[in-house]
Amino acid sequence: MLFFLLLAALFILNISLGSVDIPLKAVFKSLGNQTVANETWNYIILNYRLPKAITAILVGCGLSISGLLMQTLFRNPLAGPYVLGISSGASLGVAILILGSSILGGIFSGWAQSQFLISIAASAGSFLVLFAVMVVSKQVKNTMSILIIGLMFSSLTSAVISILAYFSSAENLQQYMFWGFGSLGNLTWNELLIFSSIFILACFLILPVIKPLNSLLLGENYAKSIGINIQKTKNLILMATSLFTGVITAFAGPIAFIGLAAPHITKLILKTSNHKLLLPASALLGANIMLISDTIAQLPNTQYTLPINAITTMFGAPIVIWLLVRKKKMVL
Amino acid sequence: MLKNDEHIVLKTADLSIGYLTKHGDRVIADQINLSLPKGKLTCLVGKNGIGKSTLLRTFSKMQPKLSGSIQLENQNIDDISGVELAKKISLVLTERIPSSNLTVFELIALGRQPYTNWIGKLTKQDINFIHLAIEQTHLKDLVNQRCDELSDGQLQRVMICRALAQHTDLIILDEPTAHLDIQHKIETFKLLSNIAKDLNRSVLLSTHEIQLATQMADQLWLMTKDKIITGEPKDLIESDKINLLFDSKSIIFDKESNQFIMK
Repeated sequence: MLFFLLLAALFILNISLGSVDIPLKAVFKSLGNQTVANETWNYIILNYRLPKAITAILVGCGLSISGLLMQTLFRNPLAGPYVLGISSGASLGVAILILGSSILGGIFSGWAQSQFLISIAASAGSFLVLFAVMVVSKQVKNTMSILIIGLMFSSLTSAVISILAYFSSAENLQQYMFWGFGSLGNLTWNELLIFSSIFILACFLILPVIKPLNSLLLGENYAKSIGINIQKTKNLILMATSLFTGVITAFAGPIAFIGLAAPHITKLILKTSNHKLLLPASALLGANIMLISDTIAQLPNTQYTLPINAITTMFGAPIVIWLLVRKKKMVL
Repeated sequence: MLKNDEHIVLKTADLSIGYLTKHGDRVIADQINLSLPKGKLTCLVGKNGIGKSTLLRTFSKMQPKLSGSIQLENQNIDDISGVELAKKISLVLTERIPSSNLTVFELIALGRQPYTNWIGKLTKQDINFIHLAIEQTHLKDLVNQRCDELSDGQLQRVMICRALAQHTDLIILDEPTAHLDIQHKIETFKLLSNIAKDLNRSVLLSTHEIQLATQMADQLWLMTKDKIITGEPKDLIESDKINLLFDSKSIIFDKESNQFIMK
């Protein structure tokens, strides 16, 4: 409940702050679909700040849900979309598109500019890595091995990216770097529609795994002994995670840290492991952190916008360290 | 020994257990013909690596059998779905549970999962079964504690309570007294014996505690290399069959002290 109120407050705060100073009253009017005296303000709020704030919420929710699912599935507090190599897969897709185009030149060079193609490349990359992880995880029963295999996949992809970077032009390299910083803006309402539909689809996928998640807290064998279909649960979780991570990385770039930190902060605050509570709470907290990070990143009343990735990490890492030092233990 | 089939919970016929490998089956034991009666405590004893866990895992469908059949309440175990099986067999395993924020009550409540709806909502009946199991295992004082804070002995009792809450005719425990001190070992055996008799369940456990097993068990299963010898503890001791448990000549069962000693 508290998380909800916080979310609403941060949402308004996020929209009202930016490079252009807009009074709070005008913000409310604009959101309430009333005419605002200043047309420019209205345009900025409805077509720039509102989609950005919604993107921030979706990104925060999706990443922390993914992180929580991975942590419980692999019974490892360090698991997250990053560790499994899913984010790296998305990066590889984008790297091949942006950096590869400078090597191949010709008709490819035009493609790298298209936001739409970048999104498709990112999704394809993350699905590819996730598919590989899923195929391997069928052979390997041990969840710890799957984590290590995920790490190997992400090392492999960064190796390929390094090679691509070595041969590509400075201009393309910079473009790839900027994508890697992450960005919540730049989304049109149409893109946001695609984003949220895939997001909702992924949400439906995780509804049937809430109950199995709780039993997975006892380990796979116990979960099986109380009638849980492990393979089906695993498949659903992996599918939902790839959808979340793929679509988020596609539209907002590789956002670091939230997936790992938000679930842990939630567990430490709520002191529960019940996923009925933990899932929505982590999602809300992730959204809150994302909104705060974005509000800081856009440096209110200045023209500069900092890379969102830098902010999420700078903001969150000390919190996790502080919580751990105080509590001394990371649990599922 | 003729028994009414109604009182037999689990029955095997020419069961063969082991592992499926690429180079053919690795048989650990075959020609197994056993039956588990209701209301009895059955102890499976045997030396390390003889296949006790494999047998228990095969019973609970954690591991596929190689051949033969297992009948659970006159139903072939192959025809029973995962959820239905969870209503007939509950398990207490040797593995440690991962560290989490679960409370004792929440952990015991997980035993109700085969009965709850898709989101795992506990009905009034579920809550009643949980409280009953808590009472039967004398855990009332611990219900609000976190599982991480329990001692090994307390945690084992909680896991048994969870199995009770699952409300199954058959409870299988893999070495439930490992890691416990002698007081908790005896208490665990007593608790399991009471569960079998008072609640009319069939309890099957594997153990290395020969002394306790011979005192408390209604039925012993001696797992040896060639076959599984079954019988009441006193008969197995009288007939010296218990000495087949270890193949070393220097270890024999001493009838007076009721334990194995060095010759």
